[in-house]
Amino acid sequence: MAVNNSATTTVQDAPRSALAVPASRDSKGLPHPNYLSDGGKGLWSWLTTVDHKRIGIMYLIVVMAMFFVGGIYALLIRAEHFAPGGQLMNADQYNQAFTMHGAIMTFLFIIPSIPAILGNFVLPLQIGAKDVAFPRLNLASWYVYMFGAAFAVYSLVTNAADTGWTFYTPYSTETGTAVISMTLGAFILGFSSIFTGINFIVTVHKLRAPGMTWFKMPLMVWALYATAIIQVLATPILGITLLLLILERVFGVGIFDPSMGGDPVLYQHFFWFYSHPAVYIMILPGMGIISDLIATFSHRKIFGYKFVAFSSLAIALVSFIVWGHHMFTSGQSEFAVMLFSFITFMVGIPSAIKVFNWTTTLYKGSISFSVPMLYALSFLFKFTIGGLTGIFLGALSVDIHLHDTYFIVAHFHYVMVGGTVMAFVGGLHYWWPKMFGRMYNRTAATIAWAFVFVGFNVTFFTQFILGSQGMPRRYWTFPEEFTRLHGFSSWGAMIMGVGFGLMAITLAWAAFRGRVVGSNPWGALTLEWTHATSPPEPHNFPATPDVAHGPYDYDKVIPRVDEPANAGVGHARPANA
Amino acid sequence: MDTTATFWLPSSASTIANEVDGLFMFLVWMSTFFFVLIVAGTILFITKWRRKKGDVGRLDTGPAHNSWLEATWIVVPTLLVLVIFFWGFRTYMKMAVVPGNAMEVKVTGQKWFWSFTYPEGTATVNELVVPVDTPVKLLMSSQDVIHSFFVPSFRVKKDVLPNRYSVTWFEATQVGEYHLFCAEYCGTKHSEMIGTVRVLSDSDYKAWEEEAMFSGEGMSMAEYGERLYTSKACVTCHSVDGSPGNGPTWQGIWGHNQPMTDGSSVTVDENYVRESILNPKAKIVAGYQPVMPTYQGLLSDKEIDALVAYIKEVGGGGE
Ligand code: HEC
Ligand code: HEM
Ligand SMILES: [Cu+2]
Ligand SMILES: [Cu+2]
Repeated sequence: MAVNNSATTTVQDAPRSALAVPASRDSKGLPHPNYLSDGGKGLWSWLTTVDHKRIGIMYLIVVMAMFFVGGIYALLIRAEHFAPGGQLMNADQYNQAFTMHGAIMTFLFIIPSIPAILGNFVLPLQIGAKDVAFPRLNLASWYVYMFGAAFAVYSLVTNAADTGWTFYTPYSTETGTAVISMTLGAFILGFSSIFTGINFIVTVHKLRAPGMTWFKMPLMVWALYATAIIQVLATPILGITLLLLILERVFGVGIFDPSMGGDPVLYQHFFWFYSHPAVYIMILPGMGIISDLIATFSHRKIFGYKFVAFSSLAIALVSFIVWGHHMFTSGQSEFAVMLFSFITFMVGIPSAIKVFNWTTTLYKGSISFSVPMLYALSFLFKFTIGGLTGIFLGALSVDIHLHDTYFIVAHFHYVMVGGTVMAFVGGLHYWWPKMFGRMYNRTAATIAWAFVFVGFNVTFFTQFILGSQGMPRRYWTFPEEFTRLHGFSSWGAMIMGVGFGLMAITLAWAAFRGRVVGSNPWGALTLEWTHATSPPEPHNFPATPDVAHGPYDYDKVIPRVDEPANAGVGHARPANA
Repeated sequence: MDTTATFWLPSSASTIANEVDGLFMFLVWMSTFFFVLIVAGTILFITKWRRKKGDVGRLDTGPAHNSWLEATWIVVPTLLVLVIFFWGFRTYMKMAVVPGNAMEVKVTGQKWFWSFTYPEGTATVNELVVPVDTPVKLLMSSQDVIHSFFVPSFRVKKDVLPNRYSVTWFEATQVGEYHLFCAEYCGTKHSEMIGTVRVLSDSDYKAWEEEAMFSGEGMSMAEYGERLYTSKACVTCHSVDGSPGNGPTWQGIWGHNQPMTDGSSVTVDENYVRESILNPKAKIVAGYQPVMPTYQGLLSDKEIDALVAYIKEVGGGGE
């Protein structure tokens, strides 16, 4: 298919994107063959599958289960805070609750969420590959995840760790709770993350379809690639840190504990040397999704493609040298503090560039308010707040006041929930029809979105005020004067809980009962929509796709929208409309 | 000077607070500006160009890049953050350099209370008393895990580490009482490791100093002990009415045979109580964690005697 570059292209002579037409359709109206029903039947075929799409779905199931558990803890934390200490937990239980919440949400939910679920599913499809480079390693990563999760759950059901997800020494060496199984769990989960990272790097380098040059890759792929680099380089540091911690606890080797001649601040350096880059493991893939969503639902070429792509790489590299900003109050030298503050500001710039580019992409677009786009817009709203409040924390004198208060809690939830989780959920709503060949109820999904949007802002914006007023974090009880704001924040959390619940029901229902859709319901231009059926065949494409145009060439190509009306070969049967 | 709390910030009562607040409020307004810019832009674009019926099949005519725009939104934020960086760093350096004439108070953090030792040798627990308009240097260390000394109204915070001194300082500008929080998670009662900073006028401070030197003149030993029971924070762990706590209640313990974790038992008498106060980890009462801090160096002999007398009284040994 020839690409017409002329600016005067008219609708008549503009090429149209391809449309993947299924060979035939099964009794439910879904394409035949498809990876869900034709890659082998029964539980065993799933547990032994090497198909990246099925592995993505298996991750979806277990990671969402973990999100549910972490979410229950979040609601318990907030319910406790309707009033000062003792509403439904004692202090020790509260400490265990926020530790479990934080540890589950970071290690078991958010780190694997986008790469392991959506990345696994769409990365090979988006670059026109049959699978990832090492399909067996991919399956292994899932089992390693399950193994690590088992340790975490063991800690949870025995005597849940109460150290905070940061496991700061010497507290974590002394406490009587199940710290070892939790850290061992996080240690093992690290391998799962590394496996996925290696797989993605090699896949992107080696398995791109002919014509899929680096700058024709969707920005989602760029983001996953940058993330994979951090996963591979940073995760081993967490591994060794946690291992040293376990050594200290079990064998009394004095590394961090001062009573054995160790240095507790060394632990913090080690921990944040991983965990700061890790916050970019959490946010970068989300930025990738947002780029795809904004382009697709505006039918616009992304503004400043290369800036957006390279800013991901810039973030990935600079993120390794800002860890000290988590330790401004812990007594580093003034010189170190100054450098870390300075570099922190510099790492903020690429994120700002992205936000400006996304906003400008909307200019002169053809904007659809489909559910994924609503999430993308709420990402812009919340991530902007998350990013701007990050500037407060980079500014030394102000950070001294705000450090370890609810301001931090609000800031990272704006980035991680307002950013990553919104992008993840937006991505789920975007690729759901591709994963299951079925569409969710738009009204229900929009209502769920509205609940999450309102609930989120009520919960966490309030916490900025709590924090700047001086309310410290990880507090079971608090002085009377904070009760009103805490109560308000807790109501927000309940609203958000309802939103997430409704969303889960809507999506789950759609996976089995939703109306059958065609291969490209959104009119997107990336390969998974233009060249694969919904759901895709077991080997993704009938033939190696020819990459005729870039991922967002809406100025050159007219996307063919494939709704059920023209889904397939004559006998499309919209089931359960 | 305006010292009342605002929507965003608690009362400001130290010399450094106004400087911190200046930058904070600058950041609030700057953030508001950029937030409104982005949200207004977004709303404008998505309403003006929302998808209409005839749009399907229309080719995108918007720009794909614009070097001037890209340059603007790289350069302007970079310049802005440079300004913020210097502004923040300048105040930070003031926080880091202790004035030479500062009065020095030794701060000890332990699970889960603060203790303060003053230049004249008196000590207080969970209450830091300082004169107004005087720079105070805090020389801090921890007996166990990491804590963090945080007074919101002074905008100071500094981690308190075991086996190492950390230093911070402040100069209070306003008489009053302010929260002192522990800001680094330290276990069960982290949220109850709350104290007060009491800022007194010069004359009140003098009076307080004299009062603090008070060593029970004109009181019976048991009365003095009762006073110490609260002022030295024994009350946070021990009850005298039988209600449970982190430590055993003192009701009825005198002469009682306390079972220990190692299986032995000890009769509660003067020597045992003295040892429990000075070297609490020597014998651990069965059913309790070894969390009691040592009071070695924090209590004088007379104070210990008074506490022993009080425990004897409430423990049933007095009559
Ligand atoms: C942080 C909590 C805590 C504080 C504060 C505390 N204690 Fe204790 N205390 C304990 C615990 C726990 C035990 C039991 C374990 C042990 O024997 O060390 C204990 C044991 C004792 C005992 C032995 C009691 C028995 O039943 O055998 C005495 C006496 C005692 N404390 C005195 C004091 C005095 C006097 C103070 C105040 C100056 C004080 N404690 C402050 C926690 C505390
Ligand atoms: C969805 C992804 C989420 C992630 C990744 C996440 C992550 C975290 C992390 C890392 C912490 C710090 C825990 C610690 O200090 O040890 C935390 C704390 C907290 N989270 Fe979340 N969270 C998420 C969702 C939520 C939601 C939906 C709520 C509200 C209902 C919530 C409420 C809280 C609260 C109140 C705390 C403070 C605990 C404290 O007192 O320190 N979180 N969260
Ligand atoms: Cu960081
Ligand atoms: Cu604490």
